[in-house]
Amino acid sequence: MSDTSYLVAFIAVAASATFATRIIPFLFFERHTEHPLVKHLGRFLPAAVMALLATVFLQRSGNWAAVVPGLDAILAGALVVGIHLWRRNALLSIATGTAAYMLISQTGVFEVGLVG
Amino acid sequence: MNALVFRLTLPILFGYLPLGMAFGVLFTTQLDYAWWAAPLMGVVIYAGAGQILAVSLLAASAGLLEVFIAMFVLNARHLFYGLSLLGQFRRAGWKKLYLIFGLTDETYSLLTSRARSHDTLHELDVDFRITAFNQVYWVIGCTLGALLGRNVAFDSTGIEFALVALFIVLTIEQLKALGDAFPVWAGAAAAGIAMILLPAAHQLIGAIAIVTAVLLLQYRSLRPKSNAEGRSHV
Repeated sequence: MSDTSYLVAFIAVAASATFATRIIPFLFFERHTEHPLVKHLGRFLPAAVMALLATVFLQRSGNWAAVVPGLDAILAGALVVGIHLWRRNALLSIATGTAAYMLISQTGVFEVGLVG
Repeated sequence: MNALVFRLTLPILFGYLPLGMAFGVLFTTQLDYAWWAAPLMGVVIYAGAGQILAVSLLAASAGLLEVFIAMFVLNARHLFYGLSLLGQFRRAGWKKLYLIFGLTDETYSLLTSRARSHDTLHELDVDFRITAFNQVYWVIGCTLGALLGRNVAFDSTGIEFALVALFIVLTIEQLKALGDAFPVWAGAAAAGIAMILLPAAHQLIGAIAIVTAVLLLQYRSLRPKSNAEGRSHV
């Protein structure tokens, strides 16, 4: 197989696999949209998924080798929670938390500052 | 309407541009393929972690069956996303296929968290535009990264935290809309268990499987009698 035809086949296969994961629930459960179990999951699953995405990605964005492990992520995350509870303006909370995180990771305050 | 959609998707712009660029840079610096394959992957595959995995599979010239399995397993969490959108997408007509195709973590988060009016068709149109805007951000990121390659000079270190912040904000919004903290704590606890027990690549699907099982148990305990016919859909 030539390079280009391998690349095209590769992209087609990768695209089908990804699309399959997204469309399968619609193919198999659409008839059961009104089923109470499907409604139960539809109501509660988004909140659960959001919380687990937040938890996993917050942990991954932390520097766990720093002086205070994970302080960069925990501080920025707490800032997002605090500002959001205070003003309830999504963009403001996200922008402030992101700016704080960028400042912390670009200046490296928690890596060098405390150790000297 | 586009101004509203842009405002809703702005945090995703901040996340998708740098992450798409990271993928594009990885693609051109690790592989010998033409640069345009990177944006093409953003158009037809459209999966963040999936495309980064694809770079290492391409570098290894992996077999196509292996590619299918690897991509399917990595994206398996999406199997659960559709379950909460079956009703919402039902009347979307021709837009439905694209709504399903574009169901990334971030798009799913926005579509299930935002406030909705009773005008179903209008809301589906907003959903459609949100999905399209997000993919445009992603493809622009992939293109820029692939074209600039190693010459990416600006220091955007840490900007991808916008997506973490988005997930936190949406968790709070879900909590307020639902008035029930149980799924949030269950989700966070499932994530904690998965992070302790599983390697990074399987943590998301592991956590989603755990929390879905918990919600099934909760469903059974809430409806002890009414399932007399004993049918099971799972």
